[in-house]
Amino acid sequence: MIAHAIFFYIFSFIAIVSAIMVTVSKNTVHSVFFLILDFISISCLFIMIGAEFLGMIMLIVYVGAVAVLFLFVVMMLNVAHQKNIFFKSNQGSKHIPIGLFVSLIIFFELIIVVGGWKYKPELNNISSLETTSISNTHSIGYVLYTDYIHLFQLSGMILLVAMIGAIILTYRKREGLKRQSYFSQISREKIDGVDLVDVEKNKGIKIDV
Amino acid sequence: MFEIGLGHYLTLGAIIFTIGVVGIFLNRKNIIVILMSIELILLSVNINMVSFSIFINDLSGQIFTLFILTVAAAEAAIGLAIIVVYYRNAGTIRVEEIDKLKG
Repeated sequence: MIAHAIFFYIFSFIAIVSAIMVTVSKNTVHSVFFLILDFISISCLFIMIGAEFLGMIMLIVYVGAVAVLFLFVVMMLNVAHQKNIFFKSNQGSKHIPIGLFVSLIIFFELIIVVGGWKYKPELNNISSLETTSISNTHSIGYVLYTDYIHLFQLSGMILLVAMIGAIILTYRKREGLKRQSYFSQISREKIDGVDLVDVEKNKGIKIDV
Repeated sequence: MFEIGLGHYLTLGAIIFTIGVVGIFLNRKNIIVILMSIELILLSVNINMVSFSIFINDLSGQIFTLFILTVAAAEAAIGLAIIVVYYRNAGTIRVEEIDKLKG
């Protein structure tokens, strides 16, 4: 139990510090790196609490796909050199203290909700942390493909729409690029391409190309 | 202190959620950091979902965490595509210089 607590505090400390560093670090590339560290420590927490499948999926999806996408865009857009002017605005705008104030209110409201809520007594036993005979991945598979099959396929549709949308948004027609024109290829008729000519004897025929 | 319960995980989720909100409010740099703050907020929601799911012994929380993960990935792809298009058109993605809508 004590080892569990120590690991929880270590991982959550790393997660919180790296989440702070995501927002305040001067360099955008460093922000992406701290985001990766945050995801890794949170997925370690997930694996530790007993949701192994989700922890691994978070590693694959976030660290393997989303963070690399962020890094790619950051490096492509050449914004890494833009210095952060966090907390010091040149025209003395009023929105920073108000933003901090609202964020603190949100935080204390969440803490009040978490700390003041009386949980049902059967939620407080730690025995539910014990693993059963069936593994986490098995049980998720049993539920995901039966009860939630429509939501599962709907999330596939969401990914498809996102993929098509991203391709269409960033697609750009460039001049001077030779491309295949499917429409003119398919709609070509026999009359346009082939000409049947009667060749007279001993005269030949002149073909103009 | 050494008995890690549901409240610890919910507090961690609340802290990360607040850090994400602070990152959106106080960001003066570029939009990519705002997108990363949104990812942090979704991550804190995932922490809440998974910890409730484990402590209640109900798998629905983990299933919905999977769907949140899907939506977050789609949102990141679309958002980054929009940022790339905007950068191509306007030449900047600094938050202070994006004022075409006069908001």
